[in-house]
Amino acid sequence: MSDRRENVGIVIVSHSPLVAKGAADMVRQMVGDSVPLAWCGGNPAGGLGTDMEAILRAIEDAWSEAGVAIFVDLGGAETNSEMAIEMIGKGRAARIVVCNAPIVEGAVIAAAEASGGASLAKVVATAQELSPS
Amino acid sequence: MNLVHEPGLSFDTVALVCRVIEACRDAAVSQEAYLCDLDRAIGDGDHGTNMRRGLEALAAERQLLSAMPLSDAMIAAGTILVMNIGGAAGPLYGTLLLETGKGLSAGQIPFPQAFLQAVGAVAQRGRSSPGDKTLLDVLVPLSEALVKQTDMRCLAEEIQGFADMTIDMKAVRGRASFLGERSIGHMDPGAASCALFATTVCHELMETARS
Ligand SMILES: [Mg+2]
Repeated sequence: MSDRRENVGIVIVSHSPLVAKGAADMVRQMVGDSVPLAWCGGNPAGGLGTDMEAILRAIEDAWSEAGVAIFVDLGGAETNSEMAIEMIGKGRAARIVVCNAPIVEGAVIAAAEASGGASLAKVVATAQELSPS
Repeated sequence: MNLVHEPGLSFDTVALVCRVIEACRDAAVSQEAYLCDLDRAIGDGDHGTNMRRGLEALAAERQLLSAMPLSDAMIAAGTILVMNIGGAAGPLYGTLLLETGKGLSAGQIPFPQAFLQAVGAVAQRGRSSPGDKTLLDVLVPLSEALVKQTDMRCLAEEIQGFADMTIDMKAVRGRASFLGERSIGHMDPGAASCALFATTVCHELMETARS
């Protein structure tokens, strides 16, 4: 496995901190520390929901010059992630992708791909193969 | 009206911006349960709480916001809403204010045009169109009425009707879309909150024009 910080980072965004953490645990079990990984879940008040600031922090935590692939569950997680990408600034926004893939399977497969040093485009394509459309 | 047609703020408009924010906060607080009930019927039941949290965060900054040029205030307010509403509505309301502010600061376009452009950005953000049972069903006719300079009193009376139109619509975006046909018969909570705030702002502007 190639060096951690050179590999594409993975961010998991769920409405539930338990789902996000559980998915992240599964990623860790698969790839260990070889991939930058961060998760967030829940709204700013600690209930179920999404928190754009927490997504921004997660992107920072999992940041890699190779880029970051984000996995989301429901609509709010997607739109808040897109908003976060817009706010992070043009230089890095082009290297962050919200994947159209199931959150758990997508994150695990993407991380496995990323741990081998694959490019962001390859990581995203591999995860998106899981989705029918 | 000063607020709508020129970005430079006089002392009076500082007070007006404060009052508009306070009135929207009060509306969010008093209608929290109602908006949650609407969301519970076709979603996850948190829309009222999310909006109340966003508007309370906005109200906490009202002195600062009211002292800024309107374009900067709209951008700052949009950021506060995105950070604090939290649900799917956060990016939509945030985009509406952010893009209106950017439009006002970018060129010499008047408020109605900036708002119209921002509504287009909201549609893109949510990948939805009018008729999809979202807040766009209020925002689109509202922005068109502003461009046509519809009388404020007539507009204030029409706005709730825009939200009511969503009752018969089938949701195709967001969690309500999982219900398919069963989403018909319920008002969209985003359209309802949008109508609530737009009506509240109209009333504050009319109040100011009168005094
Ligand atoms: Mg909701």
